[in-house]
Amino acid sequence: MSEFGLVALLVGALGLIAIGIAGLVLARNLFRLVLALAVAEAGANLLLVLAGFRQGASAPIIEGGSTLHQVAMVDPIPQAMVLTAIVIGVGVQALALALAVRAREAYGSLDMDQLRARMEADIIAAAGTAPTTSQEAPSGARPLPPPLPSPARIAAEEPSS
Amino acid sequence: MTALDLVILALVALLITGALAAMLLRNLLGAAVATALVSLGVSVFFVILRAPDVALTEAAVGAGLSGLLLALAARRLGLWRIEVQQSEEERQC
Amino acid sequence: MLTRYGSLLFATGFAFLLFSLFIALPMGEPPTLAGQAILNEAANSVGAANIVTSVVLAYRGIDTLGELSILFAAATAVGLVLGGQARAPRPSKEDGAGGFILQTGVDLLFPLLLVVGFYIILHGHLTPGGGFQGGVVLAAALVLPVLARPEESPSPAALAWVEGLAGAAFIATGLAALAYDHAFLTPLLGAGQLGDLFSAGTLPLLYLAVGLKVGAELAKLLLRLAEEGPAA
Repeated sequence: MSEFGLVALLVGALGLIAIGIAGLVLARNLFRLVLALAVAEAGANLLLVLAGFRQGASAPIIEGGSTLHQVAMVDPIPQAMVLTAIVIGVGVQALALALAVRAREAYGSLDMDQLRARMEADIIAAAGTAPTTSQEAPSGARPLPPPLPSPARIAAEEPSS
Repeated sequence: MTALDLVILALVALLITGALAAMLLRNLLGAAVATALVSLGVSVFFVILRAPDVALTEAAVGAGLSGLLLALAARRLGLWRIEVQQSEEERQC
Repeated sequence: MLTRYGSLLFATGFAFLLFSLFIALPMGEPPTLAGQAILNEAANSVGAANIVTSVVLAYRGIDTLGELSILFAAATAVGLVLGGQARAPRPSKEDGAGGFILQTGVDLLFPLLLVVGFYIILHGHLTPGGGFQGGVVLAAALVLPVLARPEESPSPAALAWVEGLAGAAFIATGLAALAYDHAFLTPLLGAGQLGDLFSAGTLPLLYLAVGLKVGAELAKLLLRLAEEGPAA
């Protein structure tokens, strides 16, 4: 494999990571979030194995039952780590999917904005208070405080009090 | 540029296309299949990088079991309706 | 809108940072010394032809135990989140028994999948493969009949027993090394002849435990997700 092929592999792995992270941030659907996590994870695994690659080496498996002929082999440690990471990844994915299933059962939606609105409505209903801050609207769009008494009204009310 | 480089280039293009499809397809079941495709491409890369153990794991877990998991979850989430029009809450991105 | 462009910018910048980091490394030359040391020594001291297996089970065995615990925690949490009681998976109404082709195909595939799964597990120290890969194949073999005959699915209680016993066997094999004044999870029984089925000491036993545990765990997980939810 030439230097060009290695750089192409590096670009592919980083592209997967970048697409996965962008999807994680931008996706509004919980199911799409899980997919983005899987894509980013595949890219990270590829990057790790790429880091342990050695030019012109063989796989880390000894052939022929003899240890006498020592050939160059790729680094086995990143491979073992990625083996672990893949299996843990599927466990994390299953847990995330189960949480998405429960969220849809509880709030009837997979859309993040709708979920957040319904969850906040639940919290407000449970606590009996109004939310004090808003992430959705800029400060100018918040409900204005009740209007101050106007000078004319004050002047009109002054003598009576 | 050797033949292996051409294979790598084609696979990188496939991977990026698959990842973009997983992020952008409106049909979420199709997006799950695209994710499995990405895993399959990555497992071919593991073979090229002399990591047969990892390639076997990625092919069995990433392309097989994870796809099954996503499909089952999609059914429970009510996304597995190919002919039915997509409802309002399933619209994407 | 600003959040979107900002996050896209972040993702691009992150990728560029990683790219410039990795392109500065000598490509195709692994920078670690531990890997080369293990490659030189593993074949004689552990006796497994597959060096990745000796890293996973002998050099980093306690990491594998931690990984099994994480998988166990994830499966338990899935069970917890998706409703508590361990009932037999109730097939949904619309998918009854599969057609003739599906049933026959599953009947043919089931024993073959079992054989392939156990082959991959038991040859994990000789060829590519091992407990995790074979365990996934076993899980697929256990879940496949559910597609054809939903009423004959394996019982979650039996799967839980297999999983628990396999996990206990892994820890017991590790503890047995303590009795011979070794560290936890040290391979026993000697290295044996490199390349034989009965070589590499207790590594095949450990991988068998890992395979059974992973297979039962993932099968339980899949069956749990396959059952019809209360509100779905």
